[in-house]
Amino acid sequence: MSCVVGIDLGSTTTKALILDERGEVLGRGITNSRSNYDLAAAVAKTEAFINARFSLVEQQAAGTDAAGVVGRLRRAFVMEQLLHQLRHLEQLMLAEVDASAPRELTAAFHVALTEICRQITAEEEQRFKQPPMLRSDFFRDAVGSAFMRIAEQIGDPNGVSFDRLVGMYDKCIIRVENEPLALDFRDHIGTALRRVGNPPGLVDAVEYAVVKDLDPRATVGTGYGRARLPFPKEQIRSEILCHGLGAHAMFPGTRTVLDIGGQDTKAIQVDSEGIVTNFQMNDRCAAGCGRYLGYIADEMNLGLHELGPLAEQSKRCVKINSTCTVFAGAELRERLSLGEKREDILAGLHRAIVIRSMSLLARSGGVSDEFTFTGGVAKNAAAVHAIRDLVQENYGQRTLNISPESIYTGALGAALFAHRMAA
Amino acid sequence: MATVQKDRSMLLQKEMIANHFARLEQAPETGEKVVYTFVPGNLTELIRSFGALPMLPEINALQSGMRKQSGDYIAEAERAGHSEDVCTYVKCDIGMMRSGNIGPGGTKLPKPDLLLLSYTGCYTFMKWFELLREEYQCPTVMFHVPYQGDGVLEPEHRRYMLRQLREQVIPALEKVTGRRYDEDRLREHLVRSARAEDDLVAVLQAGKLRPSPIDGYFGTVYYVGPIFSAFRGTEEGVEYYRALREEVDERAALGLGPVTPDGPLNDQKYRLVVEGPPNWTSFRDFWKMFSDERAVVVASTYTKVGGTYDFGFRHDPADPLGTLADYCSGCYTNLNLPSRIDMLVRYIHEYQADGFLINSVKSCNSFSAGQLMILREVEKRTGIPGAFIESDLVDPRYFSAANIKNRLESYFQMIDARRLGKTA
Repeated sequence: MSCVVGIDLGSTTTKALILDERGEVLGRGITNSRSNYDLAAAVAKTEAFINARFSLVEQQAAGTDAAGVVGRLRRAFVMEQLLHQLRHLEQLMLAEVDASAPRELTAAFHVALTEICRQITAEEEQRFKQPPMLRSDFFRDAVGSAFMRIAEQIGDPNGVSFDRLVGMYDKCIIRVENEPLALDFRDHIGTALRRVGNPPGLVDAVEYAVVKDLDPRATVGTGYGRARLPFPKEQIRSEILCHGLGAHAMFPGTRTVLDIGGQDTKAIQVDSEGIVTNFQMNDRCAAGCGRYLGYIADEMNLGLHELGPLAEQSKRCVKINSTCTVFAGAELRERLSLGEKREDILAGLHRAIVIRSMSLLARSGGVSDEFTFTGGVAKNAAAVHAIRDLVQENYGQRTLNISPESIYTGALGAALFAHRMAA
Repeated sequence: MATVQKDRSMLLQKEMIANHFARLEQAPETGEKVVYTFVPGNLTELIRSFGALPMLPEINALQSGMRKQSGDYIAEAERAGHSEDVCTYVKCDIGMMRSGNIGPGGTKLPKPDLLLLSYTGCYTFMKWFELLREEYQCPTVMFHVPYQGDGVLEPEHRRYMLRQLREQVIPALEKVTGRRYDEDRLREHLVRSARAEDDLVAVLQAGKLRPSPIDGYFGTVYYVGPIFSAFRGTEEGVEYYRALREEVDERAALGLGPVTPDGPLNDQKYRLVVEGPPNWTSFRDFWKMFSDERAVVVASTYTKVGGTYDFGFRHDPADPLGTLADYCSGCYTNLNLPSRIDMLVRYIHEYQADGFLINSVKSCNSFSAGQLMILREVEKRTGIPGAFIESDLVDPRYFSAANIKNRLESYFQMIDARRLGKTA
């Protein structure tokens, strides 16, 4: 079957999205952009095709006993991918130890690293048996935190210390991320199937999905790294147009779009067809974008996904004046030392970034009904809360749309452009 | 690398500037008097009628920016205690002075014999000359031009200016040069000014043609160079504008576009109007972002900071001092916001523009304050969405190429989508 692909090379994450012949979403894939857009685009695309094949499995299994097992099969597949990467990481670290560690520590290093990887594997196996829990999709995030935790327990301050172990990890994780690995559907679906017990109906559905020919007829790229894509100019679209069109496709009543991404904020006005009629973006300074939250999360020793829920517990929002990311970090520490609660400070920080985007919205022509919020920050409940309040205060009642797939808005717009191109 | 193609007029201008700076360098020996003044509201004919040489510090600053020298000069001024938020033209000039006062062309710049400040809406100019006065301990004279807050020059404003010219500016020039005010000589300069202005306006209005034979922003900042600086009212100025007009007429007759950093831009896809000064440190890269997309600027407001000739004003030899007052009060920086909006709307209509862009520079509050209101109002009156980008005059730290390029590409694609009436 033919399909089209949209790729959004963002500053933080790279997204790919596949549409089928009817323009329906078949698959989505996401990865961290690293500093290697070529690889990020390839990984995101692979992920999107894996996802598309799972959609086919789902379609095929629909109405059969196997339908209920597809979710578990997906989780098994993701785990197999992770374990494959982990094995590769382990090999790289052991080789690195042989190449660069002091000779007297080599043996102890081998023991420690093997033990860490064994424990991570065991944890992942255990995790698979439990109900799904939210965590970052990326290998680096998932394995990184477990590695640090275990390394802290088993590190020997007088021998292979925590710092030495982490140093070895840091050296090798970048290579794992930047080497193309066998992570495709065909590579791991067999082991994943075995893990869920090879249910007969599901095996048939998987076989159908494996052999199905998915032929991309057109690809359109957008986002910061789009110049890196080996496409002719007509296959490259600005993310403004893609976000406008993507938001329109998700919510056809959309007239205003706010996208807060990793390093920029876009305020976009669209007409009833999703054509951009006006837009504004930040350019001299990127304070108040997604990276700001990333920095704050680091400062507070929290995961990015933990910020919003914590801020939502606030009863009294602290006013943060600094719009500069670095100064906001300083203000945060000062407030903490004055005894302010973490959740109240975080609520203030979320409001501060939203206030900055309100000025861009005003510049672009205000907030019309309906208003769609997209980008990675739209996943953050506290940011959404602040947006809702400030839009209400400044423009009155507006319908606020947020799609759970909002991070794919740009990729969706790009795929829609590709779809029109292929038509 | 492709050879950069240069217009004949550019070579002529280069020679004029080189000669002028050579005279400035030799001024301490030849005894020629040097008067520092600023572009908006410059009284070049009057200065020249006293046989003195004008020098324009902000032109030196922008030239330093184009030659990639401004970053070091600004750092030097910041070391001397000037804050990051101070106008970067000022810091570039101060930094250059502290680094030996070698001008952008490599010649030593002379000290001023007089600082002549025409106050036409920029408060920073006043502080700038205050700093230079402190440094050079030289005489200063201020010519205060009333702001056109209501959009018109009232008779009492004109009388106020004439009195200042007679009672303050002319006596100061007489004292410094040791010459008497010679009105006939001034008239001769003004005759030449008006002649050059006619030719310049013909060049500017060529932007109405399709394809436009000029770039009304990137190309025109060169075109206005002589008339905005030391050459208004001079023979060289007259000759330059005659040559320029011939050159543009010739291109128009052949249906050719302007010469951009990438060669001629004949096949023009977008026609734009631009408000705000350009970024000088990345001038060619900035221009290339337009020419790569086949966008030509058909008219701009920045190229009117030294005079709004295209709306009819000419220096009038019949009323020498009155005409100087009229000139100063009509400079773009001295116009109120509604007048600036009218001007942009007229340009968009008369030059049949597809879009307009505001480059908001960090350094210049005279320009930037009110630009968002201008944007909204022009959008409302023309139905054309505007683009808004942010950069700076000569501080290389405030030009984010990737972001600006991204913004411009998006804007051009938006124009495409609007043209097609659909998003494909």
